[in-house]
Amino acid sequence: MASIEVKNLKKQYLGAKAATIKSVDLYFNDKEFIVLVGPSGCGKSTLLRMIAGLEDITSGDLLIDNVRVNDLSPKDRDISMVFQNYALYPHMTVYENMAFGLKLRKTPKDVIDQKVRNAAQILGIEPLLDRRPKDMSGGQRQRVAIGRSIVREPKVFLFDEPLSNLDAKLRVQMRTEIKRLHRQLDATMVYVTHDQVEAMTMGDRIVILKDGEVQQFDTPMNLFNEPVNKFVAGFVGSPSMNFLDGEIGLQDTKLIFKSEEVMFGIPAIYKEKLGDCVGKKVTFGFRPEYIYDKATEFTRHLSEDVQITIDVVEPIGSESFNYFHFNGNPSHNFCFRTSTDTLYQPDQILNVGIDIERLRFFDTQTEERIA
Amino acid sequence: MRSTSITSKFVPQLVVRGFSAGKALFFVVLFSMAALYVGPFLFSLSISFNARKDVFEWPIELIPSQTTLANYASVWRDLPFSTWLLNSIIVTVIQTIANVFFSALAGFAFARLNFPAKNLIFALLLSSLMIPGIILLVPKFIILNELHLVNTYAGLILPTLITIPNIFLMKQFFETIPRDLEEAALMDGCSYFRIFWQIFLPISKPALAAVAIYTFQGSWNEFLWPVIATYSKDMYTLPVGMATLRDELQTNWPLLMAGTILVSLPTLMIFLLFQRHFVQGVASAGGKE
Repeated sequence: MASIEVKNLKKQYLGAKAATIKSVDLYFNDKEFIVLVGPSGCGKSTLLRMIAGLEDITSGDLLIDNVRVNDLSPKDRDISMVFQNYALYPHMTVYENMAFGLKLRKTPKDVIDQKVRNAAQILGIEPLLDRRPKDMSGGQRQRVAIGRSIVREPKVFLFDEPLSNLDAKLRVQMRTEIKRLHRQLDATMVYVTHDQVEAMTMGDRIVILKDGEVQQFDTPMNLFNEPVNKFVAGFVGSPSMNFLDGEIGLQDTKLIFKSEEVMFGIPAIYKEKLGDCVGKKVTFGFRPEYIYDKATEFTRHLSEDVQITIDVVEPIGSESFNYFHFNGNPSHNFCFRTSTDTLYQPDQILNVGIDIERLRFFDTQTEERIA
Repeated sequence: MRSTSITSKFVPQLVVRGFSAGKALFFVVLFSMAALYVGPFLFSLSISFNARKDVFEWPIELIPSQTTLANYASVWRDLPFSTWLLNSIIVTVIQTIANVFFSALAGFAFARLNFPAKNLIFALLLSSLMIPGIILLVPKFIILNELHLVNTYAGLILPTLITIPNIFLMKQFFETIPRDLEEAALMDGCSYFRIFWQIFLPISKPALAAVAIYTFQGSWNEFLWPVIATYSKDMYTLPVGMATLRDELQTNWPLLMAGTILVSLPTLMIFLLFQRHFVQGVASAGGKE
């Protein structure tokens, strides 16, 4: 298995005004499960394809296992890739599909047979070995596609949105299977998805991309709790973080956040970081998970009372998403998450507080996190 | 409820009535068109079995009163039919195989490879289709004459060894094959030729069959070029040979029609055998399957 190092990597298509990948630096450890995630057009698939050798590198270096591979063809990089549309050869059986790459490498027949059957066993597709792709379901085809990449025992596995074409239930099942496979093979895997839930549940570390730039490269929990900017804060989490524009003020000696609709005192733990920001336009961010009803929550250390009005309640069984506005501005649409033990009603007025450890402040202009 | 029952009672009747009238007209048109194409063939078939020599003498017999196989026997016995047949087979088989292979190869290159001036070259190829073939006959003949290829197999075969419509058809088909498949093969370790040979060709059977049938049919029935490129009877292909049976003063119509039926049999058989591929090929050349 292998590490991957991306040094100052850039990709600009011929005739394009802007670069698709703008000077990216990353280091993926050996045996790590890395997820590249971001909105459509952020360059995640391009970056993966550059690692695969399917896209030329405009500038910078790509090292696999400390060897520069910029000029190596895909087959010489010792990597395999699982595609979104499975990309199985329709005229070959499952066995032939899986054996094809090994045959090209002139592997002895008995070794091919052993590897194919071993991979088929791992993925539970032994009964399908004689079938053709058209006779299989989407989930089975994706397993075969994964099997095809396993048999080659490559240094690195690449996945390009492999679950996008599957239905929601199968996607969750395959997600677990890929994770289990990672543990079983102990391999370096790079996985592209646009689904942040998939990213959070699968990745050891996650690269968040936007407009060809890395926004943050960190563990799932750090991305969730310590986002470096407003984009990452809003991208990670479902429902996403609530944002409210306002300004830092001073009341007596106490820092306050004030917007048109709401005003509250900022806990003292933020004084060091926000002390110099009095009068500065900031965006206050708070996650739906960290808002609590003051009438029922007594154990946590919550921020000052804020009055809200419930607009819509969406119970999904295990929990409820309650959409609300601060009193004074019904056009806002914020969300807070509660267990279904307490079902609120539309137009209900509540006093809520936010876990003081979880208040986030971003510079409104640069969108960088201040505190 | 009442209005529902009225609707359900009357609508099917109206539909059936409208349907049958429209359908009848539709079949009349279809039958007329079919008769227009099939009629002459059936009449030729009838003449080829007719024992009378003066088949166009009044009253014309659509179904012969006296039938014979003598005309067919005469085609084989009295004419160098086997030589013409062999010539036709050689020319057609080589042209069909070459067209299938080269048009697939060129189509793959235009659809999948990146090389300088690709679009310009393809546009030039397509624009050459706008030049009427008849204008090219003389220059083609002069070139062949300079190369001493007139009245040879090479002279008959070379000018249509590769044809642009076939390249276009294959390019269109290859463009519908998902790029992922090509990239998966690259990752597996294929060269571009191997991708063409082991991945693209096996899944392009409908398009290849269409090219083969088009080329076979065109080459087998080609008259104009062989009549220009050959001058001795032993180099004639079947259509040219058959045309020599027409005489200004007297034409042996039953013999000519027997020969014509024999000439058209291979095309007919191939079309009937591969009709499914033919239709699929034409349909899939335009869009994703």
